[in-house]
Amino acid sequence: MTRRIVTHTLFYIILIAMAVFYLLPIYLMVLTGFKPFDQVDLKTMWSLPTTGLHIANFIAGYKQLAPNISNSLVMVIPEAILSSLLGSLNGYLLARWKFRGSNLIFSLILFGMFIPYQSILIPLAKFMYAIKLYGDIPGLVLVHIIYGIPITTLIFRNYYAGIGTEILEAGRMDGASLLGLYRYIMFPLSAPSFAVVIIWQFTQAWNEFLFAVILTNQSHWPVTVALNNLAGSQLVQWNVLMAATLLAALPTLVVYIFLGRFFLRGLMAGALKG
Amino acid sequence: MFRKFTLQVPRLILALALILLGTVSVFILTRTQLIIAGKNLTSIGILAGGLIFYTGVLLIISMFESETVLSIALLLPSMVAVAIFVYGFIGWSIRVSLSQWKGLNPDFTWAGLKQYYILFHNDPRFVIDVRNTAMFTVCFILGCLIIGLGLAILLDQKLKGEALFRGVFLFPMSISFIASGVVWGWLMNPATGNRITGINLIFQTLGLKSLISLWHSTPQPWGMAFTVIPAVWQLSGFTMALYMGGMRSISDDLREAARVDGASEFQIYRYIIFPLLQPVTLSAVIILGHMSLKIFDLLVALGNKDIRLDVPGIYMWTTTFDGTNYAQGAAIGVLMLVSVAILVVPYLVQNMRTETQL
Repeated sequence: MTRRIVTHTLFYIILIAMAVFYLLPIYLMVLTGFKPFDQVDLKTMWSLPTTGLHIANFIAGYKQLAPNISNSLVMVIPEAILSSLLGSLNGYLLARWKFRGSNLIFSLILFGMFIPYQSILIPLAKFMYAIKLYGDIPGLVLVHIIYGIPITTLIFRNYYAGIGTEILEAGRMDGASLLGLYRYIMFPLSAPSFAVVIIWQFTQAWNEFLFAVILTNQSHWPVTVALNNLAGSQLVQWNVLMAATLLAALPTLVVYIFLGRFFLRGLMAGALKG
Repeated sequence: MFRKFTLQVPRLILALALILLGTVSVFILTRTQLIIAGKNLTSIGILAGGLIFYTGVLLIISMFESETVLSIALLLPSMVAVAIFVYGFIGWSIRVSLSQWKGLNPDFTWAGLKQYYILFHNDPRFVIDVRNTAMFTVCFILGCLIIGLGLAILLDQKLKGEALFRGVFLFPMSISFIASGVVWGWLMNPATGNRITGINLIFQTLGLKSLISLWHSTPQPWGMAFTVIPAVWQLSGFTMALYMGGMRSISDDLREAARVDGASEFQIYRYIIFPLLQPVTLSAVIILGHMSLKIFDLLVALGNKDIRLDVPGIYMWTTTFDGTNYAQGAAIGVLMLVSVAILVVPYLVQNMRTETQL
């Protein structure tokens, strides 16, 4: 019994040490954010604010990033909704209606999820330029929807494949067609999957950098590009930068804290059978 | 294929109306501009017009009562999009990489494998990139697997507060590589002496002077090993979750049987659980491996285009869009694709085969 107590204490010590490591960056961002301007010396990085909590850093950080946060929101919301609808239809068709070669088609679509986007970047940039969607948010929305097809299709396909066939047979007896079964049986059942895909696509697009930096011009930069620019600038103090970083990370953090369950399922889908 | 055809007049009228509407809107938009709220949405409008047209076609197809044909027809827009944006663009990139395109104007003069030859034989920067990627990949995968498995085993002990710990270990995944790189850049500040700060300052205060480090400013190749710290911070929790999923699918009966046979807890892990977790490790290596071969934004934020922390993803970006050397940029992109494909394609093929057997 004592041995058990000793090992459990040891386990807790390791777990707590690891938790400190994981929370350190967040702690730094929050701590620095709430300090007044005159206490942000790098040498006292870890000391607590002595004269109460101040939010001047957050206000300054928000002023830097406000237009970019709104750019990101304008991009992410239609992107998440449209790509989940498209993924749902694709997933349903590929899960239920096996035709010769449907597995091959599915695998070819899936491959698009793994490619390094550098390998399609030059044609993509030229193409977006040619169709006049270069530089602005709508083009970025379109790109995220198209390159989101593989993962959204995968998540919905795995979900629909797990729904029993009895219910579809019953629908078929009642004379429902291919789209009737989708409209009246599958679609109403797919709320959990929609949550997973919308959250996943939201997080991905919010955090994405490469497409954003290549396909938008400065006035339409999403928050990741603006944050990177801010970090490279000599004009911004690091305390403001920490507050701005926290603001930039906040939407996805909040989604994770409240809807982490769904978020995790999206992530697991990357492991194909997860 | 088209065994049956049932004419439904209302549906046909609707279909023809949609086809007409789609054609007219595409026709108009190719001749004029669609500006909404200051944004030029002409192309989006044409796309929408095309989809309206296609919806009309789908309605007509649906009257043939062949579900296979209708399924394919419904999948077609997505398949076409992937065919163009993934496979078409890859082909286009390959073609650019075989050209002499340098400068803003496209130049498709055939150059054969010249760009690839230069990268491998005559380009010290690309050699650094390959070495950095190799270092990053090895350290990143090992770090995530060891920490992920360790945490999964600890949380497998049915301790109190398991859910809380799990949440703490997983949250960094939700943060962008850019934000993570920015914060860790400050935490891993290499300044010494009076200007010491970040984690080094903690070490100094705790009297652990030997741990004070130059972090990613350490001379290469070891500096690269430090850049995986933020990456491991972000993805070890994910690896842990994969292992926890694997452990949960191992039945308790199996462990119980081993205990009855007198196996120690250590032996249970060594001889029963670890062997059963091998497929999880394989999945994790493939997911983490393809991420690290593509690593880009984290090092942009962390290294601020420092050549010592250069990787192919950054090289491709700067040489193409800052240096306008499109042919070389395309060649780097294609090589990145090849490295990922070597890792992922066998996995996808195997996945497809097992699905077919079901």
